Amino acid sequence: MTADLLAPVHLLDAWRARFEDLTVELAGRHDLAITLAPSTAALAVRVAPGAAAVAEVALGVPLPTRPLAWEPTLRGQSLHLGPDEWLVTDVAATSAAAWEAVTRPALAAVGAAASDVSAQYADLRLQGRAARELLSFGCALDLRPASFGPRTCARTLLGQSGVLLVGHDDGEFQLLVRTSFAGYVAAWLLDAAEEYR
Amino acid sequence: MTRLDGHGRIDRSRTLRFVVDDVAYTGHPGDTLASALLAHGVHRLGTSVKLGRPRGIGAAWVEDPTGLVQIEEPFPEPMLLAATVELTDGLVARGVGGRGRLAQVPDTARHDRQHHHCDVLVVGAGPAGLAAARQAARAGEDVVLVDDRSEAGGTLTGTETIDGRGSRDWAADVVAELAASGTVLHLQRTTAFGHHDDGYVLALERRTSGASRQRVHRIRAARVVVATGAIERPIVFEDNDRPGVMLASAARDLLHRQGVRAGSEVVVFTSDDAAYATAADLHDAGARVTVVDVRPTPPAAGPCLERDIVVHGNAVVTGAEGEDHVTGAVLGDGRTLPCDLLLVSGGWNPTAHLFSHVRGALRYDPELGAFRPGEELPGTRVVGAANGVLDLAGGLRDAVGDAAPAVVEQPRTPTTVLWRVPGDPARQFVDLARDATVRDIERAVGAGMTSVEHVKRYTTIGTAHDQGRTSGVIASGITAELLGRPIEDLGTTTFRPPYVPVAFAALAGRERGDLYDPVRTTVLHDRHVAAGAVFEDVGQWKRARHYPRAGEDMAAAVLRECAAARTGVAIMDGSTLGKIDVQGADAGVLLDRLYTNLMSSLKVGRVRYGVMCGNDGMMIDDGTVLRLADDRFLVTTTTGNAAVVLEWMEEWLQTEWPDLAVHVTSVTDQWAVLPVVGPRSRDVIGAVFGDVDVSNDAFGFMTWQDTVLDGVPVRLARISFSGELAYEVHVDARYAPALWDRLLEAGRPFDITPYGTETMHVLRAEKGYPIVGQDTDGTVTPQDLGMSWVISKKKTDFVGKRSFARAENLNPQRKELVSLLPTDAATTLPEGSQIVEFRADGALPPPPVPMLGHVTSSYRSAALGRPFALALLKAGRSRVGEVVHVPVGDRLVAAEIAPTVLVDPEGARRDG
Repeated sequence: MTADLLAPVHLLDAWRARFEDLTVELAGRHDLAITLAPSTAALAVRVAPGAAAVAEVALGVPLPTRPLAWEPTLRGQSLHLGPDEWLVTDVAATSAAAWEAVTRPALAAVGAAASDVSAQYADLRLQGRAARELLSFGCALDLRPASFGPRTCARTLLGQSGVLLVGHDDGEFQLLVRTSFAGYVAAWLLDAAEEYR
Repeated sequence: MTRLDGHGRIDRSRTLRFVVDDVAYTGHPGDTLASALLAHGVHRLGTSVKLGRPRGIGAAWVEDPTGLVQIEEPFPEPMLLAATVELTDGLVARGVGGRGRLAQVPDTARHDRQHHHCDVLVVGAGPAGLAAARQAARAGEDVVLVDDRSEAGGTLTGTETIDGRGSRDWAADVVAELAASGTVLHLQRTTAFGHHDDGYVLALERRTSGASRQRVHRIRAARVVVATGAIERPIVFEDNDRPGVMLASAARDLLHRQGVRAGSEVVVFTSDDAAYATAADLHDAGARVTVVDVRPTPPAAGPCLERDIVVHGNAVVTGAEGEDHVTGAVLGDGRTLPCDLLLVSGGWNPTAHLFSHVRGALRYDPELGAFRPGEELPGTRVVGAANGVLDLAGGLRDAVGDAAPAVVEQPRTPTTVLWRVPGDPARQFVDLARDATVRDIERAVGAGMTSVEHVKRYTTIGTAHDQGRTSGVIASGITAELLGRPIEDLGTTTFRPPYVPVAFAALAGRERGDLYDPVRTTVLHDRHVAAGAVFEDVGQWKRARHYPRAGEDMAAAVLRECAAARTGVAIMDGSTLGKIDVQGADAGVLLDRLYTNLMSSLKVGRVRYGVMCGNDGMMIDDGTVLRLADDRFLVTTTTGNAAVVLEWMEEWLQTEWPDLAVHVTSVTDQWAVLPVVGPRSRDVIGAVFGDVDVSNDAFGFMTWQDTVLDGVPVRLARISFSGELAYEVHVDARYAPALWDRLLEAGRPFDITPYGTETMHVLRAEKGYPIVGQDTDGTVTPQDLGMSWVISKKKTDFVGKRSFARAENLNPQRKELVSLLPTDAATTLPEGSQIVEFRADGALPPPPVPMLGHVTSSYRSAALGRPFALALLKAGRSRVGEVVHVPVGDRLVAAEIAPTVLVDPEGARRDG
């Protein structure tokens, strides 16, 4: 019985309509859209120093080593978070737990680790010409395209919440937020957009 | 009216109404409150702070030491300078007696902030700043240009010629070019108030559009160009604080910006050339002007001769006549020149504050008679008048070198430095805002002070709203004269941020109300709200404290929730628990070193409670550890310490033990944790997870098992923080709401009761389980808590071990955790209460009364049918059975000392 299956929730579901209202309200005056991306499977990958090359073979996903870089993978993203730390997502993995179970032995063999963090992040997208300015109201990073373009990611603060900020093509920004802070960040974004209302 | 047709850049087509000291006036857009008052001939504003002397408008911008007002409308703001308040319709203000008044109503206006990054930040949009910004923009650089006035151009009046154009037309051309460049952010009404390391500048914008009243811009620039001009300084004479005494530059500024002639009978007292332009302009505007020049041969008198302006050379003004307003200037030879405006010009102090903020040293320039930037700083350049280059052509060249536009002007002659004229030092005001006189400096020097920093603090000169913009250097000069030492040796006091006063509301920005501090919520938050939970803040988390039913207060709700957990089944949201995934071949080694007990011996499938101590042997956290695999543990921490423990682990791994093959990853938000507690919890868990054998033999205490529910992995663990039979249900947080509903549904036959943190606290206290941070405070060891059993005797070392052998740690008089049972079986002792020895007479003796300890936790117990408390008490365990007194209000409450475990001391309830 479908009704009996455990149903996952998106923590920011309650905010979806308010974000949509904002885009409609600003249409024609300010180019800004805040949307929620669907939850994906995600692994936090930790690698021993210098072992990224062997770890990416074990993982089957590239691990970019340039600081603040991320790469698209066949089915998701591979984001470089720190000298020995990556976040790897997979939109197609139906069970992150199974993915973790398969991956972990191969990674462990090369001194690396993987943890299922699929429920750990809410994924927000900011699009439109006003997106960069909106972020500048609470993020101290240099977000000029030459400094923070597509394929760039950084853990930083937005307002008072830690976020993982990810640059995409066309000036789009992805915000990966710890789910417990997602409500704060959603409220913060809407409040920041008061400037345009 | 002294508003002149044909002068000024105000918008005369619109009239603004305002009220000052209960009198209604009118002004125009482009006016400041000061200019609009002066247009009506009003100089006077309030009285001085100490002596109650009349105060007036003394300058036209932030350097004014006196023209302070209390704004009443549109919103109460204390101590603003009339000279810097832009006139708005409906403005209501009054002069102050040296002190303002904070608003009694909340300010609803919005304030915010914005971050910027640029190649060049130019501070000041006068001629030098405009030229520097244009040069950078033409080179394709990202430029931010900020200026504190309402329009660009600085002190250009329009009478100058730059590149063959009227100076204001030239400025307008540059502004248009910057706007068209696409790489320049140009902000007027924006005051750079702090300059910090690595090109970080804070600037406050007074906004005229957008959602916020003010905005703090946080600008990170590769290079900073300081083009902030110079501020004229006065010369000190008797009664120089009378309303109608003003800086000469201010009168010229008012004339050209707002078309206001601040007086009609004008005496200009000067030792510098610039005042002659003021004299000529005021004469041309219809005033009768007399110049009194300190210098024997006034060098710039030419324009005055053309205009029949009388110039007294080799002369000084020694005093001002008049009380509420100046009526005359007393000359050194005893003559009095009648006047209604006495202008003063004693030279110029470069506005090098932003250079000083980053520790740039200022150097006294005798030629200039002022302090100017005295060294090169990487990344910061000071140009134009701020660098002591006072002429227009020189300033432009200083800013952009050979790219400077062409200017023709009279060469300047040096200022003659004169700090003060002879006179009664008690009536010679140095800092008008502080009522501080030359006499006060004499006292400071007489008291033996030789440092200008000491003199500043002794006299308070330079500590008011204006930070001594017109008085600081003069105070140095007079101090030097009194000491008979050159001013070069004394220097001047240090400029520190902020350059201008900044409202706290602006600094707070949007971090107020709901956004004051992030509110963290679990995925079940909406469920708790719907269930009517009362929340409490635990760190940044909102946690359900209790779930009152209709008519229940907290005490009643908690008694009911506790009873459910002890007699039926209850459920809570424990998702805020910190969780750390520890993986790697050396995972057990790491945990053995950080926990006081042995973790590496834990078998897969089992759970162990552990305690962590700091280097000092004091307890910093506790929690359970689940061994998930040979090379993997799930560590849980207290809610408030999740980040602390993760950082603690990372610090050790990265700094001391990089050889260990371990990785630690926070998974706090990944897993929801739902404790199901009580004698009927086995029924509920068994009903929901049909695949799991929940019998005690198959699923023992402190073990865990994985299962799958509708395809979703779930981990169950027999962990109890209440002493009751209990299961923790761990699930991917996205599925937690559905699983919560499922557990409630399955528990309905047993009247399953959601419980909050308050009930959790009572249940654990009844079992003597301490809470780190409530029953401990950073001075408490595991032994103090009666937990010697958690300290491994097998391990050769672990963090904190060495401290356990310190003499003080072995002191039998250390405070130990015990429980207290008020003998009246009725009083709930307030947490934090002090404990004293029992007094047979029931009265507290006179102080000092030795304090034996304090109450750390205190509750009413449903299981015991009485209140009880946990307490840290000197040598407490050796005193079980004795009675002590606890002062509560003005009475002493007797309480018996008891062991910490009050409910089910034999642990019979654990397995159901």
